[in-house]
Amino acid sequence: MTLGVLIVALFAAIAGGVKWSNGTTAPKLALDLEGGTQIILTPTTTDASKVTSSTISQAIDIIRQRVDSSGVAEAQITSQGGNNIVVALPGKPSEATLNLVRESAQMRFRPVLMTAAPTPTATATPGSGPTVAPTLSNTPPAAGTDASSTSWVTPALQAQYDALDCTKPSNLVGGGGDDPKVGLVACAKDGSAKYALGPVEIEGTEITNASSGLKVGSNGVVTNEWVVNMTFNSAGSAQFATTTARLAKLTSPQNRFAMVLDRLVISAPSVSAVIPDGRAEISGSFTRTSAATLANQLNFGALPLTFTVQSEEQVSATLGTEQLQKGLLAGLIGLVLVVGYSLVQYRTLGFVTVASLALAAVISYGVITLLSWTQGYRLSLPGVAGLIVAIGITADSFIVYFERVRDELRDGRTLVGAVDKGWSRARRTILASDAVNFLAATVLYVLAVGGVRGFAFTLGLTTLIDLLIVFTFTHPVMMLLAKTSFFGDGHPASGLDPRRLGVRGVRYAGRGRVVTGTTEDLTVLDVPEVSSLRAAVPARTIAERRKAAAEAAEAAAAGADAGDATEAEPAQTTSTERNES
Amino acid sequence: MAVGFAQWGNDLYTGRRSYGIVGRRKIWFTIAALLVTVSAVLLVVPGLNPGIDFRGGSEFTISGVSTSNRQAAVTAVASIDPKEVPQVSAVGTSSIRVQTSNLANTQVEQVRLALADAYKVSKDSVASSFVGPSWGQDVSNKAIRGIVVFLILVTVVMALYFRAWRMAVAALVALGHDLIVTVGLYAGIGWEVTPATVIGFLTILGYSIYDTVVVFDKVRENTQGVLEQSRFTYAEQANLAVNQTLVRSINTTVVALLPVGSILFIGAFILGAGTLRDIALALFVGLVVGAFSSIFLATPLEVALRMREPAIAAHDAKVLAARAAASEELGVDVSVPSHAVQLLPGGHLGNQAQPRRRKQGRR
Repeated sequence: MTLGVLIVALFAAIAGGVKWSNGTTAPKLALDLEGGTQIILTPTTTDASKVTSSTISQAIDIIRQRVDSSGVAEAQITSQGGNNIVVALPGKPSEATLNLVRESAQMRFRPVLMTAAPTPTATATPGSGPTVAPTLSNTPPAAGTDASSTSWVTPALQAQYDALDCTKPSNLVGGGGDDPKVGLVACAKDGSAKYALGPVEIEGTEITNASSGLKVGSNGVVTNEWVVNMTFNSAGSAQFATTTARLAKLTSPQNRFAMVLDRLVISAPSVSAVIPDGRAEISGSFTRTSAATLANQLNFGALPLTFTVQSEEQVSATLGTEQLQKGLLAGLIGLVLVVGYSLVQYRTLGFVTVASLALAAVISYGVITLLSWTQGYRLSLPGVAGLIVAIGITADSFIVYFERVRDELRDGRTLVGAVDKGWSRARRTILASDAVNFLAATVLYVLAVGGVRGFAFTLGLTTLIDLLIVFTFTHPVMMLLAKTSFFGDGHPASGLDPRRLGVRGVRYAGRGRVVTGTTEDLTVLDVPEVSSLRAAVPARTIAERRKAAAEAAEAAAAGADAGDATEAEPAQTTSTERNES
Repeated sequence: MAVGFAQWGNDLYTGRRSYGIVGRRKIWFTIAALLVTVSAVLLVVPGLNPGIDFRGGSEFTISGVSTSNRQAAVTAVASIDPKEVPQVSAVGTSSIRVQTSNLANTQVEQVRLALADAYKVSKDSVASSFVGPSWGQDVSNKAIRGIVVFLILVTVVMALYFRAWRMAVAALVALGHDLIVTVGLYAGIGWEVTPATVIGFLTILGYSIYDTVVVFDKVRENTQGVLEQSRFTYAEQANLAVNQTLVRSINTTVVALLPVGSILFIGAFILGAGTLRDIALALFVGLVVGAFSSIFLATPLEVALRMREPAIAAHDAKVLAARAAASEELGVDVSVPSHAVQLLPGGHLGNQAQPRRRKQGRR
C-alpha cells in the first residue's frame, strides 16, 4: 500500500514537472550519451605572475567544485595545450551554470556598516522622505574618508539596502562585478542577513593561504572548536593591521568586516583585537564542513586568475546512440536470463522476484527522471551499466530471503511460520549488507568528485530502492502468498514444497491437521545414518547408564572393599556428561 | 537439474552433505596467494594501460567538414595504429574532434594526414594539440581518499556489528584479494583503463564487502553461543554456515553474472572497445572473484584468526577431548563427525504417537 502511494506520488511529481515546469518524462543523459556545450577558457593572471601548470590545475579544481556544487551532472574538465581549460557540460546548461564556469571568483574584504534581517525594510528611513529614487544623491564621500564611516551609505545605497530581499533565491546567485571604490549592499550567502558595506579594503588576492582546523589553545592544547586560519602576504598584512586596528575600536556591527565573494557575503566576523602579523584566525560556530568550505572559498578568492572565454560550442556525444541501444539490449537479455533462472530455481516463487525487480526498475526510472529534473542528475553509460548491475544486488535480497524461508521450512515449520521466522533473520542480513553498500555510496559521494560522485549517487539510490522494495513489497506479498493454499500446502510448482525441501515424516499443519510426506518422494530423503555425537552418545539412555554404573560399582564392591563414595561417583559423572552434550 | 539442486541445497542445510571448506583452508589460502601473486606481477608487467582520461593525449580538430560521419575517423586512426580507439565527436556544425590516447609524435603527423584524407579537407584544416587528463591526479586522489575513509568506517561498522574485529579483518583481506586480482586480470588482458573501468572496480569494492557480510551474518548466527556447548568446534559451525549459504552464494552470483555477462558478450563481440566492454569485464571478473573469496577465503581466514583466540582454542581442545573420550567409551570413532553436523529438529510423529485416551472408569 505504502509503495503504491509512493509510486503514484513519484509519477505525479514527474507529470507535474512536465506540465508546469521544465521536467521531462525521460531521464536526461550525460555528456557521453547526449553531448553538450564545450567552453574553452584561457586563464590570465590579474597580477603579473605567469600562468603555470599548477595554477591551471588549481583553476580546474575550482571550476570542478563549482560545477559539482550545482548538482550531480558529470562535467568533463581538461586542460588543453598547457594553457587552456576545456569545460564540457552535458546538455544545454542554463545561463547560471555557464556563468558559474565563466566567471572568476572575486574575493574582497569590506567593512560592515549596517546589517539587518534579510527581508526588505518596509518604510524607508525617516530622513529620506517620500522622494522618488532618481533624485537620490549617489555621491560617495571624498577619497580619504574613513572606510567605516556611515557616510558611505549614500541615499541611493540606502534605498537599495531597504529594498533588498535576501530571501529571494535570485538574489543569492551572486556574480557580476562590484566597484571596489564605493559602498555595496549584499546578501549573506545563505540568505540569513543583508549588509551595507564600505569600500574594499583588502583584495582577496592578498591572501596567501587559508586552511581549516581545530583551534589550538594558548597553551598548545588542541580544543574542540573548528576555526579557519588565513595568512596574508606582506602588503595584505599591513592593510589588515590598519583595518583591524580601526575596527577593534568600533562597536557592533561596525567592528565587523565582510568577506565578499562574487557579491555575496560568505562570512562577516567581528574584530576583537589588532592583528599585526597578517595571521588571522576566524572562530565562531563552525562545523568541520563549514570551516572547510570557508577555507576553500578564501583560497578560491586568493587565486589571481580571470578567465577569457575562447569559444563556446555544441559538442556531440562521444558514444553513439548505438552504444546505448546495444547496452539496453544487453540489459534486456540479461534480465530475461535472470527471470528464466529464478523461475527454474524458485518455480512460481520466481514470479515474486520478477515482479519485485520490475517494480524496482519502475521506481529507479521514476526517481532518476525526477532527480534529473530537480537535481540535474544525468545518466551516463557507466551509470546505465551500474543500474544493470544493480539487478544482481537487488535480486540478492530476495534470494537471501527465500533461502531463509526454505531453511525454516526444512526445520519443519509451516509456511506462515517459516515466512515469519525467515523474514526476521533475513531482514538482519539484508539491512547489514545494504548498510555497508549505502555507507560506501555516502562516503564516495561526499569525498569524491566527477564521475565517481555520479557512480556513488547511483549506488546509493539503488540500495535504498532495494530496501524499499523488500520491505514494502516482497515481504508483504510473501505473507499473503503464505496464506494461499497453493503455497501454504506446498504445491510442487510453488517452489516451497516441503517434501522437495527435505522435510521428513509428519509435520503439523495447523488446525489439528498433520501433513505426511509421501514415501515415493522420500526415496532420496531417507533418514540419514546419524553418526553425530548426539546420536552416538545417547545410544544409552540415562537409566541404562546409571544401571551400568551401578553394576560396575557393585562389581567393584564385590571385588574390593570399596566405600559408598565410588557408588555415588559414576552417577555424578554421567549426569554432568549429559548436561554438557 | 533444479530438483537435484534443491536436493543438494537440503543436504547442505541439514549437513547431510558437507564440504570441508574451512578444514581445507590451506589449499584455498595457497590458491588465493597464487592468484594475488600472479595479479601483482601482471600489474607490473605489462601493467595497466591508462586511457586518455587519465594521462591526456592528442586531440585533432578537423574543421570545415561536410559530413559528420564518425566511422571515417575511427578507420583513419586505426589505419595508423590498429590498437588505438579514438573518441570522436562533432563540435558545432562543421568540425569534428578526434581524441586519441597514446600516439607517438611521428604517428600524430600521420594521423593528421589520414584524417585530412578521410574527410577530404586540406591538411591545414586539421589542427592537433595535446589535451590534459580529464580524470586528473586530483580526481584520483580524492577518490582514493574516499575509499580509504570508507574502508576505515566499514571496518569499524563491521567490528561493531559482528562484535568481532577479526571478521572485519578477514573481510578486508578478502576485499584486497578481490581488488588486486580483478585489477591484475584487467591489466593482463591489456584493455585500456577508462573511467568506466574504475567505476567497475569501485562497484566490486562495494559488492565484495556486501557478499562477505551476507556469509558472515550466517557464520555469526551459527556460532552464537558456540562456547556454551561442547558438541562442535567453532570451525565446524563456521563450515556449516558456509555450506548453508552455498546455495545463496551460487544463486546470487549467477543472477548478478547473467546481465553482466550479456553486456560483456555484446560489448566485446558486437560493439568492440568502449565503455560497456570495459565496465562489464571489470565487473565480471570481480563478481566471480568476489564469490570465490567470500566462500573460500573470508570465512576460513576468519576461522584461522579466531582459533588463535584463547577462549576458542580452549573450547576446541575441550570438544576434541570430549569426543576422544566418547570414542573410547563407546568403541565407535566419533572424533570426526562426518556429516549431520546440524541438529535434527524434532517433528510431529502423527496422531498415532499421541497418548491414548485412558479407558473409562479408571480414574
